[in-house]
Amino acid sequence: MSIRQDGRGEAAVIVEGLEKSFGSTRALDGIDFQVKRGTVLGLLGPNGAGKTTAVRILTTLLKPDAGRVEVAGIDVLAHPDQVRANIGLTGQNAAVDEILTGHENLVMFGQLYRLSLRSAKQRADELLERFDLSVAANRTLKTYSGGMRRRLDLAASLIVSPPVIFLDEPTTGLDPRSRNGMWEVIQDLVDDGTTVLLTTQYLEEADRLADNIVVVDHGRVIAEGTADQLKSQLGGERLAISVSSGTDLSLAERTLLEIAGSTGKVDGEVQIDADANQLTVPFAAGGRGLPDALRRLDAAGLELTDIALRRPTLDDVFLTLTGRTAEQEADASTEHAA
Amino acid sequence: MSTNTLPAPTTAPEQRIATSPDLDFVRRSKPVSVVSDSLILAKRHLMRIPRQPDWLVGVTIMPIMFLLLFRYIFGETVQATLPPGVDAVNYLVMGIIVQGIVFGAMNTGLGLAMDAKEGLMDRFASLPMARSAVVLGRILADMGIAIFTTTITILVGLLVGFRPTTNVGDWIAAIGLMLLMAFVLAWLGAIIGLWLKTVEAVNSIGFTLIFPLTFLSSTFINPDFLPGWLQGFAKNQPFTLLLDATRGLLTGFPEIGNSAWMVTLYLLIALVVLVPIALRMYERRLTQ
Ligand SMILES: Nc1ncnc2c1ncn2[C@@H]1O[C@H](COP(=O)(O)OP(=O)(O)OP(=O)(O)O)[C@@H](O)[C@H]1O
Ligand SMILES: [Mg+2]
Repeated sequence: MSIRQDGRGEAAVIVEGLEKSFGSTRALDGIDFQVKRGTVLGLLGPNGAGKTTAVRILTTLLKPDAGRVEVAGIDVLAHPDQVRANIGLTGQNAAVDEILTGHENLVMFGQLYRLSLRSAKQRADELLERFDLSVAANRTLKTYSGGMRRRLDLAASLIVSPPVIFLDEPTTGLDPRSRNGMWEVIQDLVDDGTTVLLTTQYLEEADRLADNIVVVDHGRVIAEGTADQLKSQLGGERLAISVSSGTDLSLAERTLLEIAGSTGKVDGEVQIDADANQLTVPFAAGGRGLPDALRRLDAAGLELTDIALRRPTLDDVFLTLTGRTAEQEADASTEHAA
Repeated sequence: MSTNTLPAPTTAPEQRIATSPDLDFVRRSKPVSVVSDSLILAKRHLMRIPRQPDWLVGVTIMPIMFLLLFRYIFGETVQATLPPGVDAVNYLVMGIIVQGIVFGAMNTGLGLAMDAKEGLMDRFASLPMARSAVVLGRILADMGIAIFTTTITILVGLLVGFRPTTNVGDWIAAIGLMLLMAFVLAWLGAIIGLWLKTVEAVNSIGFTLIFPLTFLSSTFINPDFLPGWLQGFAKNQPFTLLLDATRGLLTGFPEIGNSAWMVTLYLLIALVVLVPIALRMYERRLTQ
């Protein structure tokens, strides 16, 4: 029997007024968002923002204090069993048996998903092949690299091709190559029509994969939109310079403000890292504006040790949205919790 | 706002919305899936054992070593505490068997703590499987290990002078009692593991709790020879009752009387109390 195949239509995940506290820590302070069927939502936020808490509630691992959650058209609180048959979860830490082989792990999880042994074995082979793990299929996970383990972990959540997948920081701790591999795999999933909710601390990752981004901080949604919308809100690229030590930083700051001002709208201030003698400013002109910027910095008598154009980072999102960097946010929340 | 637009709950708990057409699902009733999921997980635990040398040593070499040490170092001493006609080797081997079963139960707690640490508990909780199977599968596997360890201990014991009864009825009763003991104690081990949460805590605190209990009993010496103030405890505490009943059945000392029946009753009562506590703690552990 297929239920609600086209039921409420659009949304594969609905979160309304979700609240959750741990003692005096308010992990989720009333968040709302939706994930459209067949799209990727990036839940972006610094350490302690509440990303994992939200994922745990959506995957039936945690009961919220208040709010409503629906996954694949099923009310999560009322029918957790039905939800479990329709989701895949790859948690923040790989959840696979270290002492079993890759193949044994997948067969076990397949059987627990209610597949027949034959079907579970066949599916394990397919997934190992697809995730480039065939050669390591019969080795215990102790011999796997971090990237291989993460891929197997993801494979385990795809055994029954569930319509909705939750990935909690799928690439944290991976080297750039494994990260790219993981991105491709996730992209393939989406191309197959799977709905994906992924959490990340990297704007770049959300940018690359997500159709929509929800920025959370202190358990609240502080911004929402497509990557382009967020970026235009952030004013695009940054110009970052490093000056030799002993340089007058206020002179550098004034010069940068002038440069940024002349290239378009000035959005935000100059961000100064005095310890590293580094200054950053939103820079709308992009690469074409670089020669002019260099000339002006030179004319001001500033001695540069480095200059770079970079894309906005999570820090920039936070600086723009809250006036503080993500790192300061995290520090503040740990102090608060202590 | 409507919070539940599903049709009335159907009998099958796991309604799939998008199934891959080529996958072959097995439909099982709830009680059947508790058993089948437990067996899947028990198989997992048993596959792990031969790959973990330290565990292998724990379940094979250690009981043998214990047995030989006590047999040859304390044999004489223990003999002096026993009434005439009661053989110290019989007494000691039985003590080591029961102690092995008790210690083995702690493996259940260790295993659950390990699953929690590796994040596997979270994954299991997100699957459409029977939740109690995570605890039950562990217990089944640990019983398998207990059977293995006990068999080794009995065989090595026979080589060094263990002379139990040859009465088949008594053996059947003793085996039944030991299996029940292993099963009930494993639930206790599960509770300890869920309570202490970490592998390290189970290893240190768990064993620190269990160790004196097994020694302040009739495990190794006749409690008549303990200091007076300890006798009351040592003679009546649960492990001594378990020991006396199994000893009575297999070696005729102490007199069996109705102690096997009493112990069975106690174990069944303990089971009725421990199972709901363990399952409740497991459920809480999942959602915290
Ligand atoms: N089981 C728990 N007990 C107590 N506090 C908790 C628990 N789980 C989460 N918290 C707290 O709730 C807040 C949100 O945590 P959460 O793990 O959801 O953040 P996160 O966004 O996933 O962070 P990270 O990027 O570090 O994974 C934090 O302050 C955290 O300390
Ligand atoms: Mg997290």
